[in-house]
Parts: sequence; C-alpha cells; structure tokens
Amino acid sequence: MDTATAQAPAITGTKHVKFRIWRQEGPDGQGHFDEFRVPYRPGANVISCLMEIQRNPVTIDGKQVAPIIWDAACLEEVCGSCAMNINGRVRMACSALIDKVIGEGEAIITLEPMKKFPVTRDLAVDRSRMFEALKRVKGWIPVDGTHNLGPGPRQSPKEQSTMYVLSTCITCGSCVEACPQVTLENNFIGAAAISQARLFNMNPTGRMNSEERVRGIMGPGGIQDCGKAQNCVKVCPKEIPLTTSIAVMNREVTKQVVKDIFFSMGDDNQSTGGPG
Amino acid sequence: MAAAARFTVVGGGLAGLMTTIKLAEAGHQVDILSLVPVKRSHSVCAQGGINGAVNTKGEGDHPDIHVKDTLRGGDFLAEQVSVKGMCYAAPGIIYLLDRMGVTFNRTPEGLLDFRRFGGTLHHRTAFAGATTGQQLLYALDEQVRRWEAEGRVTKYEYWEWLGMVKDGSGRCIGSAAMDLRTNEIRTLPAEAVCLATGGPGIVFGRSTNSIINTGTAAGRAFMEGALYANGEFIQVHPTSIPGEDKLRLMSESVRGEGGRVWVPKTKGDTRPPQAIPESERWYFLEERYPKYKNLVPRDVATREIFQVCREMGMGLGGQDAVYLDVTHIPAKTLDAKLKGVMEIYEKFVGDDPRNVPMKIFPGMHYSMGGLYVNFERGPNDEPLAGSPVNQSTNIPGLYAAGEADYAYHGANRLGANSLLSCIYGGMIGGPAMVAFAKNQAKSAADADNQKYFAEAKKFWEERFSGIKAMQGKENPFQLAKELGDVMTENCTVVRYNDRLKKAVERIREFKDRWKNVNALDTSTVANRHISYVNQLWNMFELAEVIAKSALLRDECRGAHYKPDFKLPEPKSKDPREDAEWMEKWRERNEKWAKLSIAKHNPEGPDISYEDLPTPVLEPEPRWYA
Repeated sequence: MDTATAQAPAITGTKHVKFRIWRQEGPDGQGHFDEFRVPYRPGANVISCLMEIQRNPVTIDGKQVAPIIWDAACLEEVCGSCAMNINGRVRMACSALIDKVIGEGEAIITLEPMKKFPVTRDLAVDRSRMFEALKRVKGWIPVDGTHNLGPGPRQSPKEQSTMYVLSTCITCGSCVEACPQVTLENNFIGAAAISQARLFNMNPTGRMNSEERVRGIMGPGGIQDCGKAQNCVKVCPKEIPLTTSIAVMNREVTKQVVKDIFFSMGDDNQSTGGPG
Repeated sequence: MAAAARFTVVGGGLAGLMTTIKLAEAGHQVDILSLVPVKRSHSVCAQGGINGAVNTKGEGDHPDIHVKDTLRGGDFLAEQVSVKGMCYAAPGIIYLLDRMGVTFNRTPEGLLDFRRFGGTLHHRTAFAGATTGQQLLYALDEQVRRWEAEGRVTKYEYWEWLGMVKDGSGRCIGSAAMDLRTNEIRTLPAEAVCLATGGPGIVFGRSTNSIINTGTAAGRAFMEGALYANGEFIQVHPTSIPGEDKLRLMSESVRGEGGRVWVPKTKGDTRPPQAIPESERWYFLEERYPKYKNLVPRDVATREIFQVCREMGMGLGGQDAVYLDVTHIPAKTLDAKLKGVMEIYEKFVGDDPRNVPMKIFPGMHYSMGGLYVNFERGPNDEPLAGSPVNQSTNIPGLYAAGEADYAYHGANRLGANSLLSCIYGGMIGGPAMVAFAKNQAKSAADADNQKYFAEAKKFWEERFSGIKAMQGKENPFQLAKELGDVMTENCTVVRYNDRLKKAVERIREFKDRWKNVNALDTSTVANRHISYVNQLWNMFELAEVIAKSALLRDECRGAHYKPDFKLPEPKSKDPREDAEWMEKWRERNEKWAKLSIAKHNPEGPDISYEDLPTPVLEPEPRWYA
C-alpha cells in the first residue's frame, strides 16, 4: 500500500493536472512555456509529475519535445537541489505535493526557474554564487589536520541545538531568490552565507577566527546590503532563523567597525585571536 | 612522481571528500568530478548516525565488540581486515568530525551523546539530530572548500565520469568526463583515480536513494575490466514510506530511540491505531526477538515485516504496511533527537508522527556489494598503514571507496556503519593512491601517454554523437522504470531461482530494446538525456550482475534469502547446542562463505567464487533470538 496515498485528500472531478513549464536553452536563450497534462495520482509531487513527463514528453498540443531539465537528487528536502518557482513562489519541488499546490483552485501548476541565478537550461540554474559566498565567509573550522587529536571541545546541549538548526541549511538558494536586494548582476552574499558565518563563529574552535568571518561579510556585497525585507526567513524550507542570524552578525560587524575606529588596523587582535 | 602530483576523485559524498582531503593534506592536487555540487551528494540522506565504540555510557563497549557485531551482522561475508581497521579507527573518526564542527547531540555534561542502533546491544551511534549524514557531509564539504580556496582542489561539478583512460600496460592513467552543462568531453590525466560513486539504488527504480545513484560509474568500470563482488547482497531497509517518486527512509534511529513496530492482533481490524488497546497490538519483533527487540539487524526486521504482510496477511488494512510507533515518546525528545525524520513524515504523508503511528514498509536501500578492492594485511590484522594495496581494485591505478566498494558490510550492513565505512575508506584510500603513484616509473601525464587520452576522447565523442542520433521507439525513462519493477519484484527480500532466471532474461531483453532507444533530445546545451541513455546501459550491466549472482547463490545469508534453500530450524534455542544442525550449517558454510566475483562478458557476467580469509573471527551461526 502506498501510505502517502492513504492520507491524501481526493480531489473530486480532477483527472489530470495541467503544467505550464518554462523552457529555455542556456542563460541567454529565448524562453517560452510548454504545457503538459499529467494524470493525477494521489500523493504525487511536482517531481513525480516531471518524471511522468520524462516517460511521455508530449505537450498538450501533441508535440513531441525534449523532456524537462531540472535539478534534483534526494527528493526528501535535504540536498537542496530542486528549488524552483512553483506558481510564482520559490519552494522545493520534491516537497511540493500536488494536492497542496493546487489547493481548491484550478489544477494548473506553473513551473519557472529561479530568477536570481543564471539559467542552465529549463528549470535548472547555476547557483555558484551560493558556494562562492561560503568561501567569502570562510565557512569552515580550520582544523590542524585529519590525524587523531582526541575529542573536540565540550558543548552544552543548548549551544548544540542552536548550532544544529543553523547547520541544516541546504544551500537551496530560496532565501537569495526571495531577497529584493539580490539581482542577477549584483554580488550580495545573501542570508544563507551570513547565517553560516554566525554558525562558525558560535563554534568553540571557530570562534578563534571570528574576526575573519566578520570581515568577510563586510564591504561591497556584504551584510550592509540587506534591506531587512525579511522575505528570506519566510521562504526558508528548513525554517532557519535567518533574520536572527543577520541581526546577530550585524551587531558583530558594528562592534568590529567601532573597534577599527578606536584602534588602528592590525595592532589589536587580542580579543579575537587575530586573523588566522 | 612529482612532489605535488595530480589525482582524480569521482564522487563528492563522504568517501570521495575524505579521499580528497587526505590527498590535499599530503600536498597533492585533486580534481573532484561530481554529477551535482558535492554538497548535494547522496551522503546527505543518511539519517541515524555513525558508529564508534567510544564507550561513554559505561557499558564496556570496545572496538573488538564493534568488529564482532559488524562481522556477525554481515553474516561473515565482509572483508575482515578492513572491518577491524575501520572499527578501531571509528572513535578517532568521530572525534575528528567533532573537531570539524559537526553539531553532534550532546549529553548534559557536554560530551558526545550516543544512541542504540540495530545489531548491537551497545549505545554506539553518535548522531546529529536525525540528519547525521547531512551534517557529516557538510563538515567534509567545508574542509574541501578550504582546500579549494587554497588552490589544492579543483571541483568539476555537473561533470560526469564516463570511463577510464588506460595506458598500454592496462594501468588507469586518468578518466574521460563530460560537462553536463555544455556536453563538452574532456580527459583528465591522474596518477590514480578513486571511484567513490555510491550505490546502484536507481537500478531498482524507486528506492531510498537519490536519483543520481544509478551506479553508472561502477557499471562502466565493470565493463572496462574492474571486478564486482557480492553483487547479490542488496539491503532492503525495514522502514520506509512508499511514494510515487521514491521510497523515503524512516531512520533506524527511530527504533533506536524507542520506536516500536506493531500490527493489530486481529486481522482486518479497521479501528484507528490510537483506539486499539495495548493488549490488542502485536509487537511481533519484540515477541520474536526478546533480546534485540525492534533492533534486530535490518535483513531480519525486513523479512519479519514482509512475512507479516505478505504471508500472514496481517498488514494494515490487508496491505503492505505496518505501524512504526513513537507516540509514547515525549515530543520534546523526538524533536531533539529525531526531528529531521519526523518532519519528512509530516511533509510527505501529512500526519504528525508524534500523535499518530507512522505507516511504513521495507524499501530498497543499500548495496553491500560493489567494486572488488584489496587490502594489505598489517600487524594486528588491520590494513597496513600507507600500503598502495588498500582500497585498490584489480585495475592498477583505479581505487574504489564508500558504497561503491564491496568490502565492509558482507551480506548485510549494520545501521550507522555506512557513514563510517565511507570515511574510513577515504582515510586509507587517499594515502594508498599516493603510495601507488610513488611506485610508478612514469607519470600518467607523460607525453607518451597523449595518444591514449586522444583515443579516449574520440571514443566518447563518437559514442555520444551516436546516442544523440538514436531515434528508436523506446523511451529510456520508461525502460528504466520497467527495469526497476523487475529488480524490485525479483531481487529484493525473498528470492526464487525460477523468477531470478526470468529476471536475467528480462534484463537481456532490456539490453536489446536499448538499441532501439530514442534519445529524446538533440540540444547541444545541457543535454542530460544523452547522458542518461549512456547511464541506462551501465545500469543494465549492474542489474545483470545482481540478478545472476543472486540466481547462483543457493543459500540464505544476510540479505540474500531463498526459502528453497533454507536450513531447518535448529532444535535448541542456541543453535550451537544442536550438533546435527551444526553439521548442516558447517557444510553449508564450507560451500558458500565465499565472495561472488563478477567479471564482465558481453554474453552476461561470469561469476566465480573466492575464499574469504578469516584472520579476525571464525564464522559462526548468526542468530538473534
């Protein structure tokens, strides 16, 4: 038995779901919509419908087309691949159950790629800027090496639970997509990377290099570009407290700026352990 | 070899990233090829935890007990030297991950917390909520990003490994690969190549695996001469939620934290689960296995659930489903320790498992079998540190690690041992690749080798222009779905020779039908469909290995279960007290405690058997009652 099936409310009178899907060849290609009709199955999600189209890539007008290109891997909202705009809202396609997406309304689902990233093809986009931002904030613990040096520092369960939530970021790009400050052309690092800087600055070892990360989110494209629209926190599929992270890191940046005013650069590294 | 040599690692999961870190740390250049950004690799899906006998609960746990649990759990078909090395390295690996910033759950004193898992009686599993694989992958991803920022690592993300490049002597001197965004084909010279490409879950259609886990790289390496071992051993996880697009895993840690499996005692009881009183529930695992209860090894739990549903017709509503119940556990505990999986159930099924028992059924999960690899036995019967033999395939210069190799789990993997085997495989595989390169008279990038790279590039360019021109009637995705149905029906929990024979025939038919495929896509931009058509063939190759190896092994061992070849039940509770039964067991073991080794042949794989040395632990009957 399909347990997912058993739970799904039946949609009366609907035998098919209509999809309008954006087609585009490459970042500079002209785009258009193709329309498909997919048999409705209880428990189906956007991914299972895209898979159905793969097996029969024929549009509503009866035209044989290439199947859709989209990014996906785990299908359980932990790899971060399948973020796209579904009926105008950015979300993960795997957890987008058809019943929830179409609700009570007409059974039409529009799929578009995220717009803040260059299109690779169709619904697939290039999210390199997300990973570049992680480099900029030095999102790692600089361990001495992978040889056995015994356990790490002790941490309280309370600290762990705060850090754990931050560390569940799947780099899907939803926060960047929803952010009004981000454009295809600019280089604002976005909420995800800022929140990662906070995570590593909380870690007892990571703290030793906190100044590096604070400086990483300063300057052009940095945290000061945040317009406090708070869209990021609303669309985060993992419900990470992104605006709290931004507020915390804003305070860190302010402290750093004040410090920089009072002490000439490079003289005072005592409180942070210095740039590592 | 130059002081800083160039290596290729294929796959960006835990095994690939750890191999990469070891190579970069030793001063070398690493090219990582990955179908997806490495942070999205399938290791993210691992939920429950990572094993290591750290013994923080005062239970007297020890790496030796971990070794014994693992070898017994694998029904004595795991490679013993590597298992011993892995279990002894495990506490150090967990500490290393802790130092890298993994947000492991903590005890009130601030120490790493450990929980119970299947096939052991000890609290041996370190965990980060119920998304441990994600947290471990991120830790290694961060370390690799650090090396990338320093210029030691080059990532080829959205690049697919196509095959080896070999020199005249048969040494692997690099790879051919395709950029999935531009369809450019390139060759990459490497002093050694490691395939850390994961398992073949998608060969079974729907599984708990990510859709990138087609096993294509292992399938291609097999076609190019790499041996594939123990292919028939496929783990079907006891608890998954069936879905249209995949089977979503419900971690074993749910039972580790006290989750209970049950069905109503009365067949056809239609009351909602909460309305069924305790006395009318059948906790069949607890009843049948009073010592391990719900934490018997996975193959055992899966067979029991299968039997309850399929043979006894006791499944919920007469269907393939049983309850996995955590409603007796405080919601606060569930959120602290299992939130990740609670959310998956909520999001994809719609019920809150904190209030309503989950409905689950076994789903294909893991391949114990994989590319055949070697180890050099050192003192203490562990792999000799720094030996070029460790993790090496039969092709010189080609290594394998992670789920892609066969070594660590035998006939059945214990939960929370896979994250460990991935990381350990990388930790000894990286140094082995360096040692191999040091022993070579000639660099892979030597000018004399250019012709081999040119040939390989030409071969793959022609292959893909050929595929792109395919305009037959068969839809490759439909063909893959049919393959998945055949494999799931015949090569999972219960196996029969007549059906396996038919399955092999069906796979041969699929291979014929492949020739009549339609590539569906003539685009020159990000044409992933030509890649898929090529992968599909490699999936058939592995499917045939799996089905034929299963057909030929006439016994029951771990996940491989053939009712027609089952030993009778022993007369005593401890089988060792039944002398007559022990004689039968010994005879059976004598014949079958061997690795199955598949060698490629266009007419179908040749399967042979190889004795398995047992320097660490003599085989004994495996029982958990």
